[in-house]
Amino acid sequence: MNAANDKAGAILVAENVTMRFGGVTAVSDLSFALRKGAIGGVIGPNGAGKTTVFNVLSGFYTPQEGEITLLGKNIKGLQPYEICKMGMAPTFQNIRLSPQMTVLENIMVGCHVRRHGRWWSAALGLPGFYREERELQAKAAALAEKVNLDKQLGETAGSLPYGAQRRLEIARALATEPALLLLDEPAAGMNPQESIELMRFIGKIRDEFNLSILLIEHDMKVVMGVCEYIWVMEYGALIAEGLPDQVRNNPLVIRAYLGEDVITNA
Amino acid sequence: MRFDRNTFLTLAAMLVFGLILWQSEKFLGDYQIYIAKLIFINIILALSLNLIYGFTGLFSLGHAGFIAIGAYVAAICILPQAQKEMMWILEPIAWPASHIFTPFWVAVLGAGLFAGIFAFFIAVPVLKLGDDYLGMATLAFAEIIRVLIVNATPITNGSLGIKGIPNHSTLIVCYIWALFTLVILARLCYSNFGNILRCIRDNEIAASVMGINVFHYKVLSFCVGAFFAGIGGALLGSHLSTIDPKMFNFLLTFNVLMFVVTGGLGSLTGSILGATIITILLEWLRALEEPMNLGFIELPGIPGMRMVVFSVVLLAIILKRREGIMGTRELTWNRIFAFFSRHKA
Repeated sequence: MNAANDKAGAILVAENVTMRFGGVTAVSDLSFALRKGAIGGVIGPNGAGKTTVFNVLSGFYTPQEGEITLLGKNIKGLQPYEICKMGMAPTFQNIRLSPQMTVLENIMVGCHVRRHGRWWSAALGLPGFYREERELQAKAAALAEKVNLDKQLGETAGSLPYGAQRRLEIARALATEPALLLLDEPAAGMNPQESIELMRFIGKIRDEFNLSILLIEHDMKVVMGVCEYIWVMEYGALIAEGLPDQVRNNPLVIRAYLGEDVITNA
Repeated sequence: MRFDRNTFLTLAAMLVFGLILWQSEKFLGDYQIYIAKLIFINIILALSLNLIYGFTGLFSLGHAGFIAIGAYVAAICILPQAQKEMMWILEPIAWPASHIFTPFWVAVLGAGLFAGIFAFFIAVPVLKLGDDYLGMATLAFAEIIRVLIVNATPITNGSLGIKGIPNHSTLIVCYIWALFTLVILARLCYSNFGNILRCIRDNEIAASVMGINVFHYKVLSFCVGAFFAGIGGALLGSHLSTIDPKMFNFLLTFNVLMFVVTGGLGSLTGSILGATIITILLEWLRALEEPMNLGFIELPGIPGMRMVVFSVVLLAIILKRREGIMGTRELTWNRIFAFFSRHKA
């Protein structure tokens, strides 16, 4: 077994996870382990169950079977906000920002989870509240600088171009101080040039914030450059895993993506 | 708190306005003062609903219920014992209600707390619903509160209502409570907690994965809104000096909803403007229902004319500014200064 898939040094472990909707098994018997500090990718063609995996990991679905462990603690059955508190922050395939709120305010939403003061300290205007509020603002502004949005702090999120909104969403996720970033199709809707830049950016923030990152992605080309370990799904099951080069040349993977004929003609 | 130009200006404006109101009896008639008090009470009601609907996006139609609770609690608290025993003719007044007698400010706070606690019990089952279903459920709860008031005769005097409530809500008292509401809600809505509420409004799923306990903050917003609705109700009861269950039907909720929507959902200053403009308009248009002598022709008074014109004005406002007068923006000192410097140039 590869070092990247070793359970001992893993940050996120899924063991025999099965998720059924009525008679449909969207994910069956999925097991993987993401090493601390690694960038891993879950890929697969349309309908492979990638989004279900995302929803299971982020806590929107509770799988019928199997266990999920984050930083050594079982997170199966926890609410999304509890999982976020434990150190996992997801971003979405379709960007979910508050379009009327400014860039700074959007990032500050992410800061909330690490806040100590309670709401009534805001209502009563206690001194500690103002201090913490300024700290959060400074933290959000610093994060905006990391994602090259420091010039647009006061602009509404809805007015930003698509790529900037993507970076803003990542900044908001970083504001929760995660140990693991879960990115659902971050390159969706981007042209090749933009997605290359995004992947470079993802690699950069991993080094800078000392993170582990799990990408869930449809496009194989996008993940090859940045991921250190890849799991390939088809019809809800794992069909291959390994280093990018191993996966790229795996006939099962090629068949899943391109169909039967390619193999026989090759 | 940082003491900068804007804080200074706000405090100065509050003080100057308070002083003007304090001296208002010298230059305002009784009727104008009556309307001014109603404006402040309506501002409190509009602000409280704006927190629930405008900032948190909970379509709640239960406001009249919380206002009713506030009005009744405060009325029972400030009525002298002898007067209560005289008025409860259907059934004698029950024990705790009969002996309570508190200063007005305690009664108002108590009214708010009662409404807030009641809202908490409603919130837990109801806030699992979303959008229109939430509207239906809260509307139903407001009616339940009204029916409870009609039937809890030993405490509320049933459908006879309560008369002769001491009028403690003077203009300056209403002003101070409206300021209190505004300051607390502004602090809440324009801190990071306000960002969270707006994030829940815009995208509940995003809020939950950002570590926000969405249900907790929905309940919080609902209860704080109800708390201030209770305060508004307490002032309203004391202001009108007579309350009965029929007053608190769903039309009251829609009035408040109208202030909020006209002013702009998610704008505190918008709610203040909306409540002020509509309250004045409703009174001012009464002139239309009186017989008019235009010199060459004499028009008889048409009852209901007021509401026709009022509806047209409302339609015009909503068509002209689809998001209300202010939208989600606020009227801030910076904006005012920017406006004047632009027009000077």
